[in-house]
Amino acid sequence: MELEKFAYDNKIVRNFLYATTIFGLVGMLVGVLIASQLVWPSLNFGIEWTSFGRLRPLHTNAIIFAFVGNGLFAGVYYSLQRLLKTRMFSDLLSNINFWGWQLIIVAAAITLPLGLTTGKEYAELEWPIDIAIALIWVVFGINLIGTILKRRERHLYVAVWFFIATFVTVAMLHIVNSFEMPVSLFKSYSWYAGVQDALVQWWYGHNAVAFFLTTPYLGLMYYFIPKAANRPVYSYRLSIIHFWALIFIYIWAGPHHLLYTSLPGWAQSLGVVFSIMLIAPSWGGMLNGLLTLRGAWDKVRDDATLKFMVVAVTCYGMATFEGPMMSLKNVNAISHFTDWTIAHVHVGGLGWNGFLTFGMLYFLIPKLFQTKLFSKKLANVHFWLGTLGIVFYALPMYWAGVTQSSMWKEFTAEGILKYPNFLETVTQLKPLYALRSFGGLLYLSGAVVMVVNLVKTAKAGIFLPNEEAEAPALVGKYTPHSKDHWHRWIERRPIQMVVFSLIAVGIGGALEIIPTFLVKSNIPTIASVKPYTPLELEGRDIYIKEGCYNCHSQMIRPFRSETKRYGEYSKAGEFVYDHPFQWGSKRTGPDLARIGGKYPHSWHYRHMLEPSETSEGSIMPEYPWLFEKTIDTSMTRAKIKAMQALGVPYESGFENEATDHLMEQAKGIVEELKKENLPTTEQAEIVALIAYLQRMGTDIKTNNTK
Amino acid sequence: MLKFIKHHMESITGIGIYPTISFAIFFVFFAGVLVYYFRSDKKHIQKLKNIPLD
Repeated sequence: MELEKFAYDNKIVRNFLYATTIFGLVGMLVGVLIASQLVWPSLNFGIEWTSFGRLRPLHTNAIIFAFVGNGLFAGVYYSLQRLLKTRMFSDLLSNINFWGWQLIIVAAAITLPLGLTTGKEYAELEWPIDIAIALIWVVFGINLIGTILKRRERHLYVAVWFFIATFVTVAMLHIVNSFEMPVSLFKSYSWYAGVQDALVQWWYGHNAVAFFLTTPYLGLMYYFIPKAANRPVYSYRLSIIHFWALIFIYIWAGPHHLLYTSLPGWAQSLGVVFSIMLIAPSWGGMLNGLLTLRGAWDKVRDDATLKFMVVAVTCYGMATFEGPMMSLKNVNAISHFTDWTIAHVHVGGLGWNGFLTFGMLYFLIPKLFQTKLFSKKLANVHFWLGTLGIVFYALPMYWAGVTQSSMWKEFTAEGILKYPNFLETVTQLKPLYALRSFGGLLYLSGAVVMVVNLVKTAKAGIFLPNEEAEAPALVGKYTPHSKDHWHRWIERRPIQMVVFSLIAVGIGGALEIIPTFLVKSNIPTIASVKPYTPLELEGRDIYIKEGCYNCHSQMIRPFRSETKRYGEYSKAGEFVYDHPFQWGSKRTGPDLARIGGKYPHSWHYRHMLEPSETSEGSIMPEYPWLFEKTIDTSMTRAKIKAMQALGVPYESGFENEATDHLMEQAKGIVEELKKENLPTTEQAEIVALIAYLQRMGTDIKTNNTK
Repeated sequence: MLKFIKHHMESITGIGIYPTISFAIFFVFFAGVLVYYFRSDKKHIQKLKNIPLD
């Protein structure tokens, strides 16, 4: 058979590797900063752009989409070409993918600190950036599938299936979750409200973990571990089961993020059952990765790539065992809203994604620059700094999580809360938060050591932009063996593979989401729950802008310890006008669902200006700018109109009176503050925020509750 | 758009069968994968396994 000559595109791989390294460092640095802010609140610097609520989304977005995102593109662009024995479908599309993605990251890095956010976790970017993400993702998809179609290898190796599933599912998740009603260029409201918004968001959030942080990296595991160990994967058959079971089951598990919330019980149970089932494929995959090294463990001692990858896969195993355990309702009752969750995701993030990316970098940079790694010793230093970093990060956070949860739930013999002041449960954790910062710093310094090592490696070598290769063309019709199986049929057909993957992930998503839109009894309406007033709506937008949801939940679970602390537990019907929902996922501060009416306006005024004045030892940032900046009342009308379009029952014509209504309500608050010599103006942001805080949870507190 | 979906879904008669169909697809597919697992041809698997190393 005649061999065709072609060249692999190494330049695009190198570019993505550079990007993952640079943005990885930035993302980790922001992580260390915000971790330290929780110990030393003065590190918020008293300016809005660096306050915790705005930087935390920057950290999560940078790590997920910039560090891991660029890492997955680098890995896919390298392995795909070699697995299919062809150059990428189009160099132009490769470059659009690269530069487009970097532009999106820069846009995120600018808009998030400015407070331009949708207020939905891991999907904070505003609608123009959402559209850009969708377009660039489609470019990636065309390039991916185009490459598969022009391949010279008939069968698609399992890594390629994982890449296909990643493309298909992330596209679906991103589009469904990003339905927004634009108000202006940088402001939009989620199409969904309350319980439905929560369900869609966590269907997205959970599967972003599954299909952005997991499936592409599993594909990379199936390619790079056999490559680095120079031996085939332990069981290819297991990998088939792994793939189908994982993508089928993962998509159902999202509701485990919403246990004990106002989400209908059946949806919660569905999430739990599928989460438990997930252990099987996850551990199948982990064992498959580790057992690939059976009889070759001596290589792990010498090879930096394998060393990092073994720890990565081990962390994957730990996180995917812990995840299902955390989705058991009795465990979740303890772990949810605490630092336990933070520990869990960082075992995944630092261990699985971080270490797999590092392993890949140590493998690829010497290859692309046709040389040997500059220093094995430095790689070892990195390995130990990183591993200790994970330990110093995770252990204090587990400790903090269990400590805080126990304190929340503890009652005295007389039957009253032992720690009625929430702050007590926070100050207790400060030493643990300091340890966590130290762990993060260790991990970051390890990454810096790696950069030095890789820069020296690159300098010592010569970059090979186009790697010559040859392979026979794929010709003629394939004649199947007589005993051919149906699965072999699909192994040769990428388009059908795409369709089947979409069906697999579509079923789970549809089954969970459609009924909550369909069955009215799932979200019983409450007659006394009314839409927000214009001022409250503006205040809510400030709440979203400042990222309050990063530390405060709005969801009182039906536990005695919570109803005693916060009041009546939250009902699904209370959130029907919440575009977007703001239930939160972590309580660094107390729940706010029933904060309305709990304190006078003056308390909120003083608290926002200097939290430690009203709450000694508070780690909340100060918000001095809320007292200087004013709300843009010219937008109020458009906001009410947008809400009307989303189905919020403001009377028609109300949008025209909205500004007057707003000023009227603001006047009342300003006058009351004046009585206590607290100066402000009607349009100050703080006034709107106070209006919103005082409204929260009061709808069913009043006497007219039906 | 959402309201559009909502109302259309409500008006489909017998929509209750949809979840059952979905579950059926789900389990049939899994059964299929298992059948494949137990019956697949060793030589072919060996070939697939070695793709990254070729």
